Amino acid sequence: MEETTLKPLSQVPEGRTVVLVRIDAGHGLNNRLAAMGLLPNVEFRVINNHHPGPFVIDLKGAKMALGRGMANKIVVSEV
Amino acid sequence: MKRIRVALAGNPNSGKTTIFNMLTGARQHVANYPGVTVEIKEGKCTYGDYEITFVDLPGTYSLTVYSTEELIARNFIIEQRPDLVVHVIDSANVERNLYLTTQLLEMNVPLVLDFNMSDLARQKGLVFDIEKLSELLHAPIVPTVGRKSEGRSQLLEAIVKVAGSEKTDTSRLVRYGSEIEEELAKIEALIDAGENKIAEKYGSRWLAVKLLEQDEEVAAKVAGKELAEAVSNSVAHLETIFKDQPQIVVADRRYGFISGACTEAIKSTVEARHSISDSIDAVIIHRVFGLPIFLLLMYVVFFLTFKLGAYPMAGLEWFFDSAAGWLEQAWPAGSMLWLKSLLIDGVIAGVGGVIVFLPNILLLFLGIAFLEDTGYMARAAFVMDRIMHKMGLHGKSFIPMLIGFGCSIPAIMATRILENRRNRLTTIMVIPLMSCGAKLTIYALIIPAFFPEYLRGPMLWIIYIIGIALAVIAARVLRNTLFRGETMPFVMELPPYRLPTARGVLIHMWQRAWMYLKKAGTVILAVSIILWALTAYPKPSQESLSGLTPQQAQQAELEHSIIGRVGKAVEPALRPLGFDWKIGTALIGATAAKEVFVSQLGIVHAVGETDEDSVTLGDKLVKEYSPLTGFCIMLFCLIYAPCAATLAITRAETGSWRWPIFQFTYLTVLAYILTLFTYQIGVLFM
Repeated sequence: MEETTLKPLSQVPEGRTVVLVRIDAGHGLNNRLAAMGLLPNVEFRVINNHHPGPFVIDLKGAKMALGRGMANKIVVSEV
Repeated sequence: MKRIRVALAGNPNSGKTTIFNMLTGARQHVANYPGVTVEIKEGKCTYGDYEITFVDLPGTYSLTVYSTEELIARNFIIEQRPDLVVHVIDSANVERNLYLTTQLLEMNVPLVLDFNMSDLARQKGLVFDIEKLSELLHAPIVPTVGRKSEGRSQLLEAIVKVAGSEKTDTSRLVRYGSEIEEELAKIEALIDAGENKIAEKYGSRWLAVKLLEQDEEVAAKVAGKELAEAVSNSVAHLETIFKDQPQIVVADRRYGFISGACTEAIKSTVEARHSISDSIDAVIIHRVFGLPIFLLLMYVVFFLTFKLGAYPMAGLEWFFDSAAGWLEQAWPAGSMLWLKSLLIDGVIAGVGGVIVFLPNILLLFLGIAFLEDTGYMARAAFVMDRIMHKMGLHGKSFIPMLIGFGCSIPAIMATRILENRRNRLTTIMVIPLMSCGAKLTIYALIIPAFFPEYLRGPMLWIIYIIGIALAVIAARVLRNTLFRGETMPFVMELPPYRLPTARGVLIHMWQRAWMYLKKAGTVILAVSIILWALTAYPKPSQESLSGLTPQQAQQAELEHSIIGRVGKAVEPALRPLGFDWKIGTALIGATAAKEVFVSQLGIVHAVGETDEDSVTLGDKLVKEYSPLTGFCIMLFCLIYAPCAATLAITRAETGSWRWPIFQFTYLTVLAYILTLFTYQIGVLFM
């Protein structure tokens, strides 16, 4: 069986594609992110990982900027 | 003529405003709905036998209670019951946009789907089976290109048709799987059993789904102990089954429904490749170049604002000067002198003094509208986010603060882009600390008068920097005290770059400029007249003025007036700051509009055509005050009480008098304390 490693999105280097596992946040924020298309099992690509500063991902062709705090709360596994 | 009322819903960046403009053209205005603090625009259009009113709801991704915009959009649909909702969808991003559609379907409102920007979707190689998709979603779909006004009549046709036909129940179109459906059925049964009118209004299915999603607003509305218990049981039950919060599972199922519909009806003919937007972004939001590029663009906007604005501004100044001069000349001698004085010293001086800034304002708005419509502003927020976070604010707060260098009024209006109310209030509270165009007129008087050539540039710079630094500190303090709370995590969609249309940018610019003009015509006009009256009355008796030179007479009249008396009364409080009663009257006058400080100081120091040895106001000031007092004037003017129009707009935007009163008080106290320290410490070294 293949070992999948979980890590916060903030540690994913640029250019990688990942699958969202969970978001460690309250249900308000979870709801909001779900509405924007960020929910478990969704695949997306990291376009820009500035250090420090926000973060850009490509989610089904739309670009989204996330704050670093946000990127720490999102747990993903690399594909 | 039949009337239809249509609400426009859609995600941010779906081109909803473009569609609104396409449908209604210039026939739009800001509508007032009770309890709604966010601006809602309304526009009309006639089509065949119908008069259609369009309401532009705030852009949202969803209809939860998480942000004010979403709550407003949702309550509008429920409370105001529009005849139908047009959901504007970005065709290039259908899957994510349809999330909102699933909720609209669940709310059971008659629906028309507008697949906007269909040209971009075609470029991306997306082919839609419109008929199939519309069958699956139980709503007609109309492809449009808002920017080019394509598809307008088809959209209107669809609206009229849906408005005239029987509504089929769509509330159960999205199914959540047997486990959730079971729980939903239980909750629904309880809602139906309870004899509240709420179920009729909202639909029990929708209420049940919302309760399961732990929506606080709905939970508060549907009271009942039994129901609340049942909901929490269901939530706990589902959590053990799915090992996840129910609302996430619900969201997942909605996407499942969407994805099912999309795979059947949408084909992608071209493999996704690197878009032009990606290449531009590689530079624009580059970790090193991002900030300099942003600063450069802002510099260009400001440069053009003031450079190009100078010409029409000179024209307007000339116009108001000659209007005043003409009135002076043409006025029949001796008759109704008070009216002449009211018109010249009150209306023209007051309102004219504000309208001369209109070219600057227009150009600034034009530049900002252009940057917004290209999609750059979202990037600017991104680039600035790091710095703004240190202030406890959000990258997006930067845009209104920037506009604050032009004028606080549009800046405060621009805070509408901030979803989080605490963030928004903090930003509104610190905006007056940005040196606006009107304060610049004060600096332009004081600096050349008191400081040698080589110090002038640095002085101006220091004053601007003090304002910014104070804003940073004030924001931090406010965020840690009054507006304490988690900083809103930054999540924002970066829209693809687009070439803005002239029409879109102009409508954008005009809407903001119009608000500014309206304020000049109402608040500022009223305050100018009041201040004029306070400066002109009561008049001393003729005998007491006999034997005085014209200047002395003017001085005596001023001291006798209400403003003069108030100035004298507050003098003891202002002494420790190095100010006398004359400065006091000017400071009071400047609460109407900061430019008034200069004209008021001019009146008190009796500089006018009557002066024989034509000394300038600056020269007079130097004779009476020290450079330290000069600096203290600037410092105090920078910080203290925002102008009346700013207070009025703060009231309008926050929906309560509490905030303008707080703004007025904290800024005045801050100004007093800082100026007091500066002056008292300065005196020691002089």
